[in-house]
Amino acid sequence: MESVADPKFAHATRSHSEAIAFVIMAGAFIIAPFLAYPVFLMKVLCFALFACAFNLLIGYVGLLSFGHALFFGWGAYLAAHLAKVGAISLPFWLGKWHWIVIPLPPLPPELAILGGMLFAALLGLIVGALAIRRQGIYFAMITLALAQMMYFFAIQAPFTHGEDGIQAVPRGRLFGFIDLADQTNMYVTVLVIFLGSFLLIYRIVNSPFGEVLKAIRENEPRAISLGYKTERYKLVAFVLSATFAGLAGATKALVFQLASLTDVYWTMSGEVILMTLVGGMGTLFGPVAGAFFVLTLENYLTTIGQWVFVVQGAIFVVCVLLFRRGIIGELAKLLRIKL
Amino acid sequence: MFEVFGISSQALFGQLLIGLINGSFYALLSLGLAVIFGMLNIINFTHGAQYMLGAFTAFFLLQYAGLGYWWAIIIAPLIVGVSGVILERLFLQWLYKLDHLYGLLLTFGLALIFEGTFRNFFGSSGLPYSVPPALQGGRNLGFMFLPNYRAWVVVFSLAVCLTTWFVIERTKLGSYLRAATENPTLVRAFGINVPRMITLTYGFGVALAALAGVMAAPIYNVSPQMGADLIIVVFAVVVIGGMGSIMGAIVTGFGLGIIEGLTKVFFPEASNTVIFIVMAIVLLIRPAGLFGRGT
Repeated sequence: MESVADPKFAHATRSHSEAIAFVIMAGAFIIAPFLAYPVFLMKVLCFALFACAFNLLIGYVGLLSFGHALFFGWGAYLAAHLAKVGAISLPFWLGKWHWIVIPLPPLPPELAILGGMLFAALLGLIVGALAIRRQGIYFAMITLALAQMMYFFAIQAPFTHGEDGIQAVPRGRLFGFIDLADQTNMYVTVLVIFLGSFLLIYRIVNSPFGEVLKAIRENEPRAISLGYKTERYKLVAFVLSATFAGLAGATKALVFQLASLTDVYWTMSGEVILMTLVGGMGTLFGPVAGAFFVLTLENYLTTIGQWVFVVQGAIFVVCVLLFRRGIIGELAKLLRIKL
Repeated sequence: MFEVFGISSQALFGQLLIGLINGSFYALLSLGLAVIFGMLNIINFTHGAQYMLGAFTAFFLLQYAGLGYWWAIIIAPLIVGVSGVILERLFLQWLYKLDHLYGLLLTFGLALIFEGTFRNFFGSSGLPYSVPPALQGGRNLGFMFLPNYRAWVVVFSLAVCLTTWFVIERTKLGSYLRAATENPTLVRAFGINVPRMITLTYGFGVALAALAGVMAAPIYNVSPQMGADLIIVVFAVVVIGGMGSIMGAIVTGFGLGIIEGLTKVFFPEASNTVIFIVMAIVLLIRPAGLFGRGT
């Protein structure tokens, strides 16, 4: 991985520039609903969180996961199912297929989101444990392949309703008294989830644990020789990333009241990579800027149908060839600060 | 006709044949990926799109130039191979010194561009491409009906794979290639034009994908996303086999095709996922892949 910020001047201005940028970002998202369509902004927030989760891996551990739609999509599916139906039926084999049913009522939104998140974490543990057995380019291919496998499961599993997806998911009442059907309440909830997760990711990245992750990114053999069990660090980072991605998906399912196959397909993994790449891999604010940029672009391009993919592809090519630092990375370099 | 485990021989061998055909495509595509990765250190995500381009080129040749299958099987890989050479000169050559990941991202972007463009002009439904007259019909082998074209696909791709293996492992040109994979700087010092070799290798790998596309055109329809999901399966094949060995790629490709075909007979629900499950098991037991060296 190409290191984005120059360490020479990074330390002196670190806390200041990042704190100021955070206040600007939070302020912008508080004012924004008065200027823009709130549902679009909630989409931006969900995808920004998704991209931040992805960036935790690519930016700070140097692992390219090409299957993050898996955690996003299945987080969305599980949250949508818990909020709408509740009861979980699991098949098991005993001579022939049986169903074990966990009778649950439709859950309130906070538990539905938590459920989606935990399921994504579990998937992250399984996928991560398999994928970290190989390095570099193989890692990307393994995550992509496993995500595709779970996409086929999503097509076949009855509870996902195949092509229809889980529709008309009730938003419900948060903690029993905040009615999320109200657009303002929903927006504030999504914003709180996003900002909370963002701060948590910031904390993770700047903790001693995060420093080890960066050491692994820069030189894994050396980190091993210093006595770090890098595989464990990588696995924990992977699970954390999957959990945040699941949280983003679960929140998205409640906002749009929909969980569908699009969320688990590889195009979604491609999209989150694009957002992070455009914004700046390994920068704190890059994924947010990238999500905003890509979604705004798509919003304007909805009328041109399949050309959206062509435009996305072109952005990939341009970014990789000419613009590897991304928007925020270039900005940070220009202003000589850390973002 | 007879029955095996309560399944008619026609169904069993029919699926086995389909498995072998899919296996041929897996083998051709993973072979191309392995050859390209060896020289360029890039995983060519555009491979699926180039397979699709091969099929479309065959379709165009028939539609607009009146050139049939036998012309297409020669011309289409050439055209797509040349387009690959152009791509390598325009884009890929700037990435060799960077992290491998950028190569994957760039070729992913190129795949989106190709597939998006074709979907825009041709929609999602497939276009028909008929089996060449010489290979129409089939023969009854007693236990199954064997369509001639399908037999041809299996035999021809096996021949192409083995020829490629022979050229790389047993000829002088191949030895240059293998040497340049190991240590390009040293090979250059001997006066061999390594950059040109890299470019031509990419063109060749891409031509293999296009060849698979031409062969696939009469079996599956010619459609813009025919390569998009296939390439992900091929990635799994590559993970299972490891990219270190040419023969490994061939054996793994055909083997997994057969496993997939058998799964369609005995446990059809898992036929889409069986290759990924095999991949997970291989990662648990032999993380380096069946034929892999190191990681």
